Amino acid sequence: MQDVKVGEFFQPAFPSSWLETTKPHNFCPGCGHGIVLKCLGQAIDELNIADKVVYGCDIGCCLLSWNFFNTDCIQTHHGRTTPFIAGAKRATPEIVGIAYMGDGGGYAIGSQHLVNAAIRNEKITIILVNNANYAMTGGQMAPTTLPGQITETSPYGKEIEHSGPPILGPEMVAAISQEGAYVARGTMSNVKQLTKFIRKGLENQIAGRGLSFIEALSSCPTNWRTNAEQTWKFVEKDMASYFKVGEIKVPGTKEANNANHT
Amino acid sequence: MLEKKRMFITGNEAVAWAAIAAKADALFGYPITPQTEVMQYWTKYAPKYNKLFLQTEDELSAGYYTLGAVMTGKRAFTSTSGPGNVLMQEPMSMAEMMRIPIVFVIQQRGGPSTATVIYGQQETTLTAFGGNGEGFRVVYSTASHQELFDYTIKSFNTAWKYRFPTYVLGDGYQGKMRESLMVYDPEEEGIEFVAPYSLAGRARTDGFKHYRNTYNTEEELYDILQAHIKDYDAMTPKVVEWDTRWCEDADTVVISHGIVSRSCLAACTLFQSEGQKVGYFRPITIRPFPVKEIREAVQKAKQVILFESAQGQLYKMLTEALYGLSVPIKSILRPGLGITTEEVYRETSNLLSRKG
Amino acid sequence: MQTILKILLAGEGGQGIQSIAEILAEAANSEGKEALYIPNFGVEQRGGISMAYLQITESGNKIGAPKFELADILIALSPRAIARTSHHAGKDTIYIYDNSLIQASQVNDQIIGIQYFESTPPCPTDQEEVKIGEEDVGDNRSCAYYHETEVSEKKLPRNVKHIISIPANDIAKNELSSRVFNIMILGAVIAATKILPLASIENALEEKLGDKFKKNPKLRELNKQALARGYELLERLLKGEQHG
Repeated sequence: MQDVKVGEFFQPAFPSSWLETTKPHNFCPGCGHGIVLKCLGQAIDELNIADKVVYGCDIGCCLLSWNFFNTDCIQTHHGRTTPFIAGAKRATPEIVGIAYMGDGGGYAIGSQHLVNAAIRNEKITIILVNNANYAMTGGQMAPTTLPGQITETSPYGKEIEHSGPPILGPEMVAAISQEGAYVARGTMSNVKQLTKFIRKGLENQIAGRGLSFIEALSSCPTNWRTNAEQTWKFVEKDMASYFKVGEIKVPGTKEANNANHT
Repeated sequence: MLEKKRMFITGNEAVAWAAIAAKADALFGYPITPQTEVMQYWTKYAPKYNKLFLQTEDELSAGYYTLGAVMTGKRAFTSTSGPGNVLMQEPMSMAEMMRIPIVFVIQQRGGPSTATVIYGQQETTLTAFGGNGEGFRVVYSTASHQELFDYTIKSFNTAWKYRFPTYVLGDGYQGKMRESLMVYDPEEEGIEFVAPYSLAGRARTDGFKHYRNTYNTEEELYDILQAHIKDYDAMTPKVVEWDTRWCEDADTVVISHGIVSRSCLAACTLFQSEGQKVGYFRPITIRPFPVKEIREAVQKAKQVILFESAQGQLYKMLTEALYGLSVPIKSILRPGLGITTEEVYRETSNLLSRKG
Repeated sequence: MQTILKILLAGEGGQGIQSIAEILAEAANSEGKEALYIPNFGVEQRGGISMAYLQITESGNKIGAPKFELADILIALSPRAIARTSHHAGKDTIYIYDNSLIQASQVNDQIIGIQYFESTPPCPTDQEEVKIGEEDVGDNRSCAYYHETEVSEKKLPRNVKHIISIPANDIAKNELSSRVFNIMILGAVIAATKILPLASIENALEEKLGDKFKKNPKLRELNKQALARGYELLERLLKGEQHG
């Protein structure tokens, strides 16, 4: 972490891999992206890989991270970050390919690419930020929207019979991925753990073992229309009771098959 | 690398050889008739020539894998047709906006939708202007295996020099037919290679770069586009290609592109041998369109006859280019259907006799 | 246009039309000629009829469109092929057809979306038998088992330069092997066009089938015989009798 002094005041320390000139960032107050990206930045720092990183961000609020880091960053199209980074990695294996996306980019429009990347065991690290809605476009329903949750396209609450239950993404990826894949779900409410998961996901890529997929539970008070207390409750209680936090698949261990994860 | 020799192969195989000759590194693709053999040949030769290949889950993925590879400084290309071309407009749009030097090979089939797997010239508009933008693309419309070979090589150099997505526009006939061509090592023939360079990834030494295709205000977008337009216009005279014959003293000029131009050339050659003055014009780049050159070619003409295997796609480009000129244009439109030499001769003869 | 020889070959899928077209084209190319060959692929191919357009000219000449309207030599090897290609026969066409009893393919050519050729899958739809004499040769709307059927003289094109019938399929079956039926046709084409020496075809065959010949040298002999037989057969017909 670097200490940033403005005048005679220290700013909160942030990762060296963060680009100072694009801070403060453009995310909403209370948005989880800032925290997830901090975990990612710290992991990059710890592994000292900033010069190797090729960072791709999907469409959605995550696109606001396009100029976040002191690394090469490319904003792509919706759902296409996975194949874009996978192509870069295949062509130039020395890079560390990071694909950053939201629930739509991974579980809806990008789902076919995610499935095939898992099956092919693409050696990239995918970080998917799950805030249970499509935030940038105004808060529509997402594949991860919870039952009964009110969104712009589920104004009476999401109905499972109509739209299906929330997708358990990491569980799906773990089920279809190969030996050597690393799959985990972290949360913005446990920064140390999320940083650890992301770091392990990057290490997994560097070691050449296979796909790394980390979902991060995140907040969106703007579209949830929640205050601070309600926001934290939604992330820590409601979302976490549906989306279980923990490692789901770790290469070389018995945890290879979505058994106990806490 | 490639021994200079005559080969008698299909057009799709010629494309694969050309990419090898051009030192392309990677092909990502998805099977669709009539271009699937491009990837089949590529993957057959891949081990020998140390090439990268992946069959992706669909054309969207193929386009994006290719973009990612190009971004890290590799000569990468993809090929498709018909509905696959429609899907690829998405990655093509990204390439246009972000100036990513990617090469596409399109072997046209019938359209719209899945139509036929055989042939057409109905992807002309799509290939030139299909994205949600202004068509910042270079499109070469080939008419023979020699051209498929020559222009595939040229496409890589054009793309990396000017940083606009560059296309070889062929069709199912060219892809599937067999004829002879000379394959060669481009450098031994004096063709200068434009070296690719890394846009992202550790090979770069000039610090990190941030790339985006989204802007916040209309004005910002307008300014960015002006810069692209300026580059495109500056490039146009250097890149535009055409073929024109016998137009200086011809009352009638026959216009076509791609493989139809072979039928037209054969018919016009016959007319010449019969003492009938019929001019011939063929745009080779349909994007940028040779506007200046085609206006010159029809200056003395009393009528223009256009032949295409589409319902007016080339016709629209022609009328736009000829705007302001009053020469009557007769168009023979055969969407999805081949046009033989005999048909060109017959239709042109009828119109010649009417003009007296 | 007159200096380009236009050959159209048509037959049932599985009769080996594309193989011989390819061999002819390769042979012409090896002899230093300019050749262009395009198969007709698409809905007609799979067990429907298979067509090959072949153009050969002297080196240096340019060939125009890959397909043409009127053929100089038209070879139709089944009743359906005859019906389908009649518009390609003109007053200058040498028209050769096979008048053996042949069993047409069993596949419905109205099956859409098929994209490859030269293989004959079983008919996936109608199994209804069609009585002899009730077949609708040119207009198949349903799949049907064809009985061995003759060419109806009524369906042959009029106003061509020559009409020659050869019972190639019968001869192949009886004297050689039905497997080399198409090679016989190849020999006949050479005799009809005289555009290439027989030796060039033998070389082309060797190029294409050399591996198979190595495994079974009798095949080479068989192919050679078939080639010669077809050649000799057509030579005779051109000289004297019009019907074999």
